[in-house]
Amino acid sequence: MNAKTPLSSEDILKRLDIYLDVEFTFYHNEQHAKILSALPLTQQQYILAWVQRTASTHHELGYQFMAHIVDILNEIDAKTIEAWALHAMDTYDVKGLYPALEIIRNVSNFLQLSHEKEAGAVLEDESAILLHFVHGLSGRKLKLEEAEQAYTDTETIFLPALVAPLKNKKENFKLYKVMVAYCWAQSRFGTYLINLYTEVENSEYPEKFIALFHAVETLRLEHCLARELPGLYRQLCEIKSQLDNSTLDLQWQAISDQLQSEICTANDTLDIVNQYLNQLEPFTPYCYQGLLQPEITASVIQARINEEKKQLKNILRKMQDDFDEGKEPKPPQKMPANERFDLKEIKEHSSQQDFTMELTLDDQPIAPPENAKNLMSSILQDLGEIPDEYLVAAGDGEYDPSFFEEKEEDPDDVWKVPYHEEGAFLYNEWDFKRQNYRKNWCAAREKVVKPIYDNFVNNTMSKHGKLIKHLRKTFEAMRDDNKLLKRQTNGDEIDIDAYVEALADTEDGSEMTDRLYMQMQRHERNIAVCFMVDMSGSTKGWINDAEREALVLLCESLESLGDRYAIYGFSGMARKRCEIYTIKAFDDNYDEEVKARISGIEPKDYTRMGFAIRHLNKKLLDIEAKTRILITISDGKPDDYDSYRGEYGIEDTRRALVETRRAGIHPYCITIDSEAKDYLPHMYGVAAYTVIDEIRELPLKVSDIYRRLTT
Amino acid sequence: MQVQAKKTEEYFIKNKPFYQRVADEIEIFEAAYQQKLPILLKGPTGCGKTRFMEYMAWRLKKPLITVSCHDDLTASDLVGRYLIQGGNTIWVDGPLARAVRAGAICYLDEIVEARKDTMVVIHPLADDRRVLPMEKLGEILEASDDFCLSISYNPGYQSVLKDLKQSTRQRFVALEFDYPDADLETDIIAKETDIDKSVAANLVKFANMTRNLKGSGLEEGASTRLLVHAAKLMHSGIAPTTACHTAISQALTDDSDMLVAVNELCSSVF
Ligand SMILES: Nc1ncnc2c1ncn2[C@@H]1O[C@H](COP(=O)(O)OP(=O)(O)OP(=O)(O)O)[C@@H](O)[C@H]1O
Ligand SMILES: [Mg+2]
Repeated sequence: MNAKTPLSSEDILKRLDIYLDVEFTFYHNEQHAKILSALPLTQQQYILAWVQRTASTHHELGYQFMAHIVDILNEIDAKTIEAWALHAMDTYDVKGLYPALEIIRNVSNFLQLSHEKEAGAVLEDESAILLHFVHGLSGRKLKLEEAEQAYTDTETIFLPALVAPLKNKKENFKLYKVMVAYCWAQSRFGTYLINLYTEVENSEYPEKFIALFHAVETLRLEHCLARELPGLYRQLCEIKSQLDNSTLDLQWQAISDQLQSEICTANDTLDIVNQYLNQLEPFTPYCYQGLLQPEITASVIQARINEEKKQLKNILRKMQDDFDEGKEPKPPQKMPANERFDLKEIKEHSSQQDFTMELTLDDQPIAPPENAKNLMSSILQDLGEIPDEYLVAAGDGEYDPSFFEEKEEDPDDVWKVPYHEEGAFLYNEWDFKRQNYRKNWCAAREKVVKPIYDNFVNNTMSKHGKLIKHLRKTFEAMRDDNKLLKRQTNGDEIDIDAYVEALADTEDGSEMTDRLYMQMQRHERNIAVCFMVDMSGSTKGWINDAEREALVLLCESLESLGDRYAIYGFSGMARKRCEIYTIKAFDDNYDEEVKARISGIEPKDYTRMGFAIRHLNKKLLDIEAKTRILITISDGKPDDYDSYRGEYGIEDTRRALVETRRAGIHPYCITIDSEAKDYLPHMYGVAAYTVIDEIRELPLKVSDIYRRLTT
Repeated sequence: MQVQAKKTEEYFIKNKPFYQRVADEIEIFEAAYQQKLPILLKGPTGCGKTRFMEYMAWRLKKPLITVSCHDDLTASDLVGRYLIQGGNTIWVDGPLARAVRAGAICYLDEIVEARKDTMVVIHPLADDRRVLPMEKLGEILEASDDFCLSISYNPGYQSVLKDLKQSTRQRFVALEFDYPDADLETDIIAKETDIDKSVAANLVKFANMTRNLKGSGLEEGASTRLLVHAAKLMHSGIAPTTACHTAISQALTDDSDMLVAVNELCSSVF
């Protein structure tokens, strides 16, 4: 048979039956197989591969993929097939089977969308840039989110997922940018300094009112943008000239002119709207204008104002307490308690955002801390002023000292219902059947091992006393050794031996050498190493003890060596509960607390390795070092409660180690597993690895391996 | 024209350097100088520390000896060493010793970059002893009243490993530098480069946008120095956006998203 001969209908059917598990699922593939048999071999193989991959996610997904692709073979190219299948599988991961099937069934929709995406700008792709852009524009750290239409609630800017009215991606990106700048301008130039929500409520014609207000305010903000960001304003006009009827009629032009001055505020807009409410129709909204959402915005602002008032008063209280401290007995108060703080404008300033007021306490200027400054400028933005009642330190009833404690969220809290992924690190996971990553599949959280202050470390030290002495000596010998280089052409000191010799040489008339100096050459070990320790349930007993002892010895060795090192434990229970336990961060000293954490290492749940490797890769990359090493210590196969069994877990771990390599980190795996060695070469092959069959040997071995690795 | 080589301790700054005062740094420096206290200049890169030192040297009419510290700088590099010349050994003073002898202002730029053992040689000079022990020579140099030690330090981007030790920092009077406020900075750039004030103001506006991004994507915002660079390019006829891209954006980041964003901010302003 020729290698290029296409597969027969029977061959195809056989394969489909396997991929789709027909024995149990009873799908009928005869018809599809027949259609496929007419295709050239490469195309057949390509499609079959994708059926296999989608079916590995869910049989029904694979079947529907097969059923739909035969209908559109002529309209779709390989790249689009891939995008379509991947999109369906990603959707399955996030939203489940039915939405994923919807993507498969609605292939024409996908095709159209992908055409649009070709020329359009996609929020997902541009959001990183847009976010930097808006943060650069200053003011509050606005967030970006997706919504049907563009608007802002003064905390978040909402943008449509796709913007495509212009001819190419670049132009459409500009439209996004203008939308962002316009929303930013609403906050920056005080659209919400008036209470739009009550104005709308009180209006006789609320809909007309809001439409007209939006139109007039847009003209005012355009003037603001023209002054503040002339370059952006030029692009805005360009886009308008393509998409909008951008010439105003006489009446509108007159209104626009009225709003041109720098001193115009949203109140002027309001006056105009009230004046013309019955005589003026709003112009067709501009392409970038989006919506105004007075009700949503009002509640966001109200919530923020309340919160910031509370925060400010608490900070003032702290300042006041600090100020009064040490003034015992208390001097008689000249001021009433609620008038001690005052704010004075120090100078007219071009940009109203800079905080240019001077805060005084008992008539003495006092510098507010950075967070208070930010609060005050945020309040200033919401209210236009800082009302006197805000400038009163919190009374005993309102004072909340916990406010100043670092608000570290308890990682355990998030597991209280309802579940959410906030604050977790999300990592992709490799699905070997799909030959692709599952996006943001694992939610990992950092916790700290609960320290146990007992005698474990001391006992280990005396148990291994001789060994530790030996290790210290070996490791000390590896320290940065400064080598004295003799007979150099220059250096800090004269090399007396060389000099005497040279003088003797000159006696016989030969020329004097210039190698007469000694130089101290530094040899720097610029190494950072991270240890990743298995804390899964299977380490219970012996292995856990050996691990902890190994860590004690390791720390002793590394302390005498002076390399930077960190130790983390890992464990997990299904993909949404991946846990990294800090035992010693790079910045931590090897102190009593760290020792107690080593003692406190205890077996937890399962062995999901991929996310831990990825997380620690990131940590290592944050450290500046010439050589970075990741050493995993585990007791065997990757395994978890969900599908992380067998090949899946092995392949993901392998993949994560490949990523480690690619990032320029040296991976090394130590495993304490005497039986199942067969999969190790495959899984760890990308790294270097060692198998330790005698648990007893672990403590010595770990330090020893490190020594060999780094000399 | 004949080029004249001068020994560093004889090098006086003749022309008044342009330095725009920001607060009362000049008075404080002078007071510290009179009281023979060493001075630490703290602040981000490119905010005028070196320029300030040149200005003060001119104002106090003292020679200025600047040493840019690097991680191979040894104590001998500062203090001095023996050399062999024509069969004899001779001692050669390092810049610090020369400054002490001549009663000059010695400015050690980016002191934390130097090797740790180097730092301690300045300790006896920086407290009320005001002496420089020269171990290899077997001498102790006493500083004259004119001598002044000043060091600079950027607390922003140094790693923990390179922090200034307490025993060092607690010997110095600290002057904090930061980018001047918008109007002042505009003046500085306009005076330094002869560009239009309105263009300079736009540059400063753009710079402040990049400074807003410090900590959320950028390690550091655009320094006054970068603005001066961009302004100089513009002065020679380069278009503003091009000048900013090359002189500022590229200097700030290699991250491609961030580069695009910074360039977009720039083209919004001009
Ligand atoms: N106050 C100022 N007056 C005049 N020029 C200034 C002032 N501040 C900054 N500059 C300008 O900024 C440029 C950079 O300043 P300088 O070289 O002094 O920075 P630096 O603080 O020493 O930076 P680094 O820490 O990187 O050495 C100067 O060449 C000058 O053009
Ligand atoms: Mg400098």
